[in-house]
Amino acid sequence: MGQQRETATFGMWIFLITEIMFFGGMFAAYLIYRLSYYQAWVDGSQRMDITLGAINTAVLIFSSLTMAMAVHSAQTGKRNLIIIFLILTLVLGTTFLGIKAVEYHDHWKNHEVPGQYFSGLDAEGHDKGWHDVAHTSLYFALYFAMTGMHATHMIIGAGLLIWLIIATYKGKFTENYFSPVENVGLYWHFVDIVWIYLFPLLYLISKKHSG
Amino acid sequence: MAHEEHSASGEHIVSPKLYVGIFLFLMVMTALTVYAASVELHAWNPVVALVIATMKATTVILFFMHVKYSTRMTQIVILGALFFLFLLLGLTLTDYLSRAWMSYPSH
Repeated sequence: MGQQRETATFGMWIFLITEIMFFGGMFAAYLIYRLSYYQAWVDGSQRMDITLGAINTAVLIFSSLTMAMAVHSAQTGKRNLIIIFLILTLVLGTTFLGIKAVEYHDHWKNHEVPGQYFSGLDAEGHDKGWHDVAHTSLYFALYFAMTGMHATHMIIGAGLLIWLIIATYKGKFTENYFSPVENVGLYWHFVDIVWIYLFPLLYLISKKHSG
Repeated sequence: MAHEEHSASGEHIVSPKLYVGIFLFLMVMTALTVYAASVELHAWNPVVALVIATMKATTVILFFMHVKYSTRMTQIVILGALFFLFLLLGLTLTDYLSRAWMSYPSH
Protein backbone atom coordinates (compact mmCIF):
# COMPACT_ATOMS: atom_id res chain seq x y z
CA MET A 1 0.00 0.00 0.00
CA GLY A 2 2.84 2.35 0.85
CA GLN A 3 4.41 1.98 -2.56
CA GLN A 4 1.08 2.47 -4.35
CA ARG A 5 0.48 5.63 -2.35
CA GLU A 6 3.95 6.96 -3.12
CA THR A 7 3.50 6.23 -6.83
CA ALA A 8 0.15 8.05 -6.93
CA THR A 9 1.65 11.08 -5.17
CA PHE A 10 4.65 11.05 -7.50
CA GLY A 11 2.32 10.99 -10.51
CA MET A 12 0.41 13.95 -9.06
CA TRP A 13 3.67 15.87 -8.73
CA ILE A 14 4.52 15.18 -12.40
CA PHE A 15 1.12 16.66 -13.31
CA LEU A 16 1.73 19.67 -11.05
CA ILE A 17 5.09 20.23 -12.76
CA THR A 18 3.30 20.56 -16.12
CA GLU A 19 1.04 23.08 -14.36
CA ILE A 20 4.09 24.99 -13.09
CA MET A 21 5.39 25.27 -16.66
CA PHE A 22 1.92 26.26 -17.93
CA PHE A 23 1.62 29.14 -15.45
CA GLY A 24 5.36 29.81 -15.96
CA GLY A 25 4.67 30.83 -19.56
CA MET A 26 2.20 33.48 -18.40
CA PHE A 27 4.61 34.68 -15.72
CA ALA A 28 7.30 35.02 -18.43
CA ALA A 29 4.95 37.14 -20.58
CA TYR A 30 4.12 39.21 -17.50
CA LEU A 31 7.82 39.79 -16.72
CA ILE A 32 8.78 40.84 -20.24
CA TYR A 33 5.95 43.33 -20.59
CA ARG A 34 6.38 44.62 -17.04
CA LEU A 35 10.02 45.40 -17.84
CA SER A 36 9.05 46.98 -21.18
CA TYR A 37 6.04 49.02 -20.02
CA TYR A 38 6.59 49.56 -16.31
CA GLN A 39 4.49 52.76 -16.10
CA ALA A 40 1.48 50.96 -17.60
CA TRP A 41 1.92 48.23 -14.96
CA VAL A 42 1.98 50.84 -12.16
CA ASP A 43 -1.13 52.54 -13.57
CA GLY A 44 -2.97 49.23 -13.94
CA SER A 45 -2.04 47.92 -10.49
CA GLN A 46 -3.33 51.12 -8.90
CA ARG A 47 -6.82 50.11 -10.06
CA MET A 48 -6.59 46.96 -7.92
CA ASP A 49 -8.38 46.76 -4.59
CA ILE A 50 -5.51 45.81 -2.26
CA THR A 51 -7.89 45.21 0.68
CA LEU A 52 -9.96 42.67 -1.29
CA GLY A 53 -6.77 41.12 -2.68
CA ALA A 54 -5.26 40.77 0.81
CA ILE A 55 -8.52 39.31 2.21
CA ASN A 56 -8.57 36.80 -0.65
CA THR A 57 -4.95 35.86 0.05
CA ALA A 58 -5.86 35.21 3.69
CA VAL A 59 -8.98 33.23 2.66
CA LEU A 60 -6.92 31.04 0.34
CA ILE A 61 -4.17 30.43 2.93
CA PHE A 62 -6.85 29.52 5.47
CA SER A 63 -8.36 27.11 2.93
CA SER A 64 -4.92 25.51 2.55
CA LEU A 65 -4.86 24.96 6.32
CA THR A 66 -8.30 23.31 6.28
CA MET A 67 -7.22 21.18 3.26
CA ALA A 68 -4.07 20.09 5.12
CA MET A 69 -6.27 19.22 8.09
CA ALA A 70 -8.60 17.18 5.84
CA VAL A 71 -5.57 15.14 4.69
CA HIS A 72 -4.45 14.83 8.32
CA SER A 73 -7.92 13.52 9.24
CA ALA A 74 -7.65 10.99 6.39
CA GLN A 75 -4.23 9.83 7.61
CA THR A 76 -5.63 9.25 11.07
CA GLY A 77 -8.83 7.66 9.69
CA LYS A 78 -11.35 10.18 11.05
CA ARG A 79 -14.08 10.16 8.44
CA ASN A 80 -16.34 12.81 9.95
CA LEU A 81 -13.44 15.22 10.34
CA ILE A 82 -12.43 14.69 6.68
CA ILE A 83 -15.94 15.73 5.60
CA ILE A 84 -15.99 18.77 7.93
CA PHE A 85 -12.58 20.03 6.75
CA LEU A 86 -13.39 19.40 3.08
CA ILE A 87 -16.64 21.37 3.42
CA LEU A 88 -14.74 24.21 5.15
CA THR A 89 -12.20 24.20 2.28
CA LEU A 90 -15.03 24.29 -0.27
CA VAL A 91 -16.73 27.21 1.54
CA LEU A 92 -13.45 29.17 1.67
CA GLY A 93 -12.69 28.42 -2.00
CA THR A 94 -16.16 29.63 -2.97
CA THR A 95 -15.66 32.77 -0.84
CA PHE A 96 -12.46 33.47 -2.79
CA LEU A 97 -14.32 33.14 -6.09
CA GLY A 98 -17.12 35.39 -4.83
CA ILE A 99 -14.68 38.15 -3.85
CA LYS A 100 -12.90 37.72 -7.20
CA ALA A 101 -16.27 38.13 -8.97
CA VAL A 102 -16.86 41.42 -7.08
CA GLU A 103 -13.45 42.66 -8.28
CA TYR A 104 -14.13 41.56 -11.88
CA HIS A 105 -17.48 43.37 -11.80
CA ASP A 106 -15.73 46.52 -10.58
CA HIS A 107 -13.23 46.33 -13.47
CA TRP A 108 -16.08 45.67 -15.90
CA LYS A 109 -17.97 48.79 -14.70
CA ASN A 110 -14.86 50.95 -14.95
CA HIS A 111 -14.00 49.97 -18.54
CA GLU A 112 -11.00 47.87 -17.55
CA VAL A 113 -11.78 44.77 -19.58
CA PRO A 114 -9.53 44.87 -22.68
CA GLY A 115 -11.48 45.36 -25.87
CA GLN A 116 -13.87 47.81 -27.43
CA TYR A 117 -14.95 49.44 -24.16
CA PHE A 118 -11.51 49.64 -22.55
CA SER A 119 -10.92 53.24 -21.54
CA GLY A 120 -8.83 55.61 -19.41
CA LEU A 121 -12.10 57.00 -18.06
CA ASP A 122 -13.88 55.31 -15.14
CA ALA A 123 -17.61 54.55 -14.76
CA GLU A 124 -18.35 58.21 -13.87
CA GLY A 125 -16.31 59.50 -16.79
CA HIS A 126 -13.38 60.70 -14.63
CA ASP A 127 -9.87 60.38 -16.06
CA LYS A 128 -7.86 57.68 -14.26
CA GLY A 129 -4.63 59.50 -15.07
CA TRP A 130 -3.16 56.65 -17.09
CA HIS A 131 -0.02 57.50 -19.04
CA ASP A 132 -0.35 54.83 -21.70
CA VAL A 133 -3.85 53.42 -22.21
CA ALA A 134 -2.82 50.92 -24.92
CA HIS A 135 -0.21 49.22 -22.76
CA THR A 136 -2.35 49.42 -19.61
CA SER A 137 -4.77 47.33 -21.67
CA LEU A 138 -1.93 44.82 -22.01
CA TYR A 139 -1.57 44.78 -18.22
CA PHE A 140 -5.29 44.07 -17.85
CA ALA A 141 -5.19 41.39 -20.57
CA LEU A 142 -2.50 39.57 -18.55
CA TYR A 143 -4.36 40.29 -15.29
CA PHE A 144 -7.51 38.63 -16.61
CA ALA A 145 -5.59 35.78 -18.26
CA MET A 146 -3.64 34.95 -15.09
CA THR A 147 -6.34 35.49 -12.45
CA GLY A 148 -8.92 33.94 -14.83
CA MET A 149 -6.81 30.81 -15.32
CA HIS A 150 -6.23 30.73 -11.56
CA ALA A 151 -9.99 31.04 -10.93
CA THR A 152 -10.63 28.25 -13.46
CA HIS A 153 -8.31 26.04 -11.41
CA MET A 154 -10.23 27.02 -8.28
CA ILE A 155 -13.55 26.03 -9.92
CA ILE A 156 -12.06 22.66 -10.95
CA GLY A 157 -10.72 22.33 -7.39
CA ALA A 158 -14.21 23.01 -5.98
CA GLY A 159 -15.60 20.26 -8.23
CA LEU A 160 -12.92 17.84 -6.98
CA LEU A 161 -13.77 18.78 -3.37
CA ILE A 162 -17.48 18.00 -3.94
CA TRP A 163 -16.47 14.63 -5.43
CA LEU A 164 -14.24 13.93 -2.39
CA ILE A 165 -16.97 14.91 0.08
CA ILE A 166 -19.41 12.46 -1.56
CA ALA A 167 -16.77 9.69 -1.76
CA THR A 168 -15.79 10.21 1.90
CA TYR A 169 -19.47 10.18 2.91
CA LYS A 170 -19.85 6.85 1.07
CA GLY A 171 -16.92 5.53 3.10
CA LYS A 172 -14.49 5.06 0.19
CA PHE A 173 -11.46 6.17 2.21
CA THR A 174 -9.73 4.46 5.10
CA GLU A 175 -6.47 5.21 6.88
CA ASN A 176 -4.91 2.70 4.45
CA TYR A 177 -6.33 4.30 1.30
CA PHE A 178 -6.81 8.03 0.91
CA SER A 179 -4.65 8.93 -2.13
CA PRO A 180 -7.44 10.98 -3.80
CA VAL A 181 -7.75 13.18 -0.68
CA GLU A 182 -3.98 13.62 -0.51
CA ASN A 183 -3.57 14.37 -4.24
CA VAL A 184 -6.48 16.83 -4.46
CA GLY A 185 -4.79 18.42 -1.42
CA LEU A 186 -1.56 18.80 -3.43
CA TYR A 187 -3.52 20.37 -6.29
CA TRP A 188 -5.27 22.77 -3.90
CA HIS A 189 -1.99 23.89 -2.30
CA PHE A 190 -0.46 24.38 -5.76
CA VAL A 191 -3.31 26.71 -6.73
CA ASP A 192 -2.70 28.56 -3.44
CA ILE A 193 0.99 28.99 -4.37
CA VAL A 194 0.07 30.48 -7.76
CA TRP A 195 -2.03 33.08 -5.94
CA ILE A 196 0.81 33.75 -3.45
CA TYR A 197 2.79 35.04 -6.47
CA LEU A 198 -0.13 36.67 -8.32
CA PHE A 199 -1.09 38.87 -5.36
CA PRO A 200 2.20 40.83 -5.01
CA LEU A 201 2.86 40.83 -8.79
CA LEU A 202 -0.54 42.20 -9.81
CA TYR A 203 -1.72 44.20 -6.79
CA LEU A 204 1.40 45.40 -4.99
CA ILE A 205 3.48 47.13 -7.64
CA SER A 206 4.75 49.97 -5.43
CA LYS A 207 2.03 52.53 -4.86
CA LYS A 208 4.53 55.36 -4.67
CA HIS A 209 6.20 54.74 -8.02
CA SER A 210 4.78 57.17 -10.51
CA GLY A 211 7.59 57.99 -12.91
CA MET B 1 7.44 18.02 17.89
CA ALA B 2 7.22 15.69 20.85
CA HIS B 3 7.18 12.48 18.84
CA GLU B 4 7.11 11.43 15.20
CA GLU B 5 3.74 10.06 14.13
CA HIS B 6 3.19 7.72 11.23
CA SER B 7 0.01 6.62 9.45
CA ALA B 8 -1.07 3.04 8.84
CA SER B 9 0.74 3.08 5.47
CA GLY B 10 3.96 4.28 7.08
CA GLU B 11 3.60 7.90 6.00
CA HIS B 12 4.86 10.74 8.19
CA ILE B 13 2.03 12.67 9.83
CA VAL B 14 2.50 16.39 10.42
CA SER B 15 0.98 17.54 13.73
CA PRO B 16 -1.99 19.96 13.58
CA LYS B 17 0.00 22.26 15.87
CA LEU B 18 2.71 22.62 13.21
CA TYR B 19 0.04 23.22 10.52
CA VAL B 20 -1.45 26.06 12.58
CA GLY B 21 2.07 27.48 13.11
CA ILE B 22 2.68 27.41 9.34
CA PHE B 23 -0.70 29.08 8.77
CA LEU B 24 0.15 31.91 11.23
CA PHE B 25 3.56 32.37 9.57
CA LEU B 26 1.87 32.67 6.14
CA MET B 27 -0.60 35.25 7.51
CA VAL B 28 2.17 37.35 9.05
CA MET B 29 4.14 37.24 5.78
CA THR B 30 1.00 38.35 3.86
CA ALA B 31 0.61 41.35 6.18
CA LEU B 32 4.33 42.08 5.81
CA THR B 33 4.22 42.05 2.00
CA VAL B 34 1.23 44.45 1.99
CA TYR B 35 3.13 46.75 4.37
CA ALA B 36 6.40 46.48 2.39
CA ALA B 37 4.61 47.61 -0.78
CA SER B 38 3.73 50.93 0.89
CA VAL B 39 7.37 51.68 1.75
CA GLU B 40 9.54 53.29 -0.92
CA LEU B 41 12.41 50.89 -1.59
CA HIS B 42 12.91 51.78 -5.28
CA ALA B 43 14.26 48.78 -7.20
CA TRP B 44 14.08 46.68 -4.03
CA ASN B 45 10.26 46.72 -3.81
CA PRO B 46 9.72 43.87 -6.30
CA VAL B 47 12.72 42.01 -4.83
CA VAL B 48 11.24 42.15 -1.31
CA ALA B 49 7.79 41.12 -2.66
CA LEU B 50 9.25 38.13 -4.51
CA VAL B 51 11.48 37.04 -1.60
CA ILE B 52 8.44 37.06 0.73
CA ALA B 53 6.30 35.20 -1.86
CA THR B 54 9.05 32.59 -2.33
CA MET B 55 9.38 32.11 1.45
CA LYS B 56 5.60 31.56 1.62
CA ALA B 57 5.60 29.17 -1.35
CA THR B 58 8.54 27.18 0.08
CA THR B 59 6.75 26.79 3.42
CA VAL B 60 3.57 25.59 1.68
CA ILE B 61 5.55 23.09 -0.44
CA LEU B 62 7.61 21.72 2.45
CA PHE B 63 4.88 21.35 5.07
CA PHE B 64 1.35 21.56 3.58
CA MET B 65 2.47 19.48 0.58
CA HIS B 66 4.62 17.20 2.77
CA VAL B 67 7.67 17.50 0.51
CA LYS B 68 9.94 17.71 3.56
CA TYR B 69 8.82 14.13 4.30
CA SER B 70 8.56 12.91 0.67
CA THR B 71 10.82 10.40 -1.02
CA ARG B 72 14.15 11.68 -2.33
CA MET B 73 12.88 10.88 -5.84
CA THR B 74 9.95 13.31 -5.50
CA GLN B 75 12.19 16.00 -4.03
CA ILE B 76 14.71 15.74 -6.88
CA VAL B 77 11.98 15.87 -9.54
CA ILE B 78 10.53 19.04 -7.94
CA LEU B 79 13.98 20.67 -7.84
CA GLY B 80 14.38 19.68 -11.51
CA ALA B 81 11.07 21.39 -12.32
CA LEU B 82 12.20 24.57 -10.54
CA PHE B 83 15.39 24.47 -12.59
CA PHE B 84 13.40 24.34 -15.84
CA LEU B 85 11.17 27.16 -14.61
CA PHE B 86 14.35 29.15 -13.96
CA LEU B 87 15.52 28.37 -17.52
CA LEU B 88 12.19 29.55 -18.92
CA LEU B 89 12.18 32.84 -16.99
CA GLY B 90 15.94 33.44 -16.73
CA LEU B 91 16.98 32.82 -20.32
CA THR B 92 13.98 34.75 -21.65
CA LEU B 93 15.06 37.71 -19.54
CA THR B 94 18.73 37.54 -20.55
CA ASP B 95 17.51 37.92 -24.13
CA TYR B 96 15.05 40.77 -23.50
CA LEU B 97 17.25 42.68 -21.06
CA SER B 98 20.38 42.53 -23.21
CA ARG B 99 18.73 43.58 -26.49
CA ALA B 100 19.09 47.31 -25.77
CA TRP B 101 22.80 46.96 -24.94
CA MET B 102 23.84 46.88 -28.58
CA SER B 103 22.72 49.29 -31.25
CA TYR B 104 21.75 47.92 -34.60
CA PRO B 105 24.52 48.22 -37.21
CA SER B 106 22.12 49.86 -39.69
CA HIS B 107 21.27 52.75 -37.31
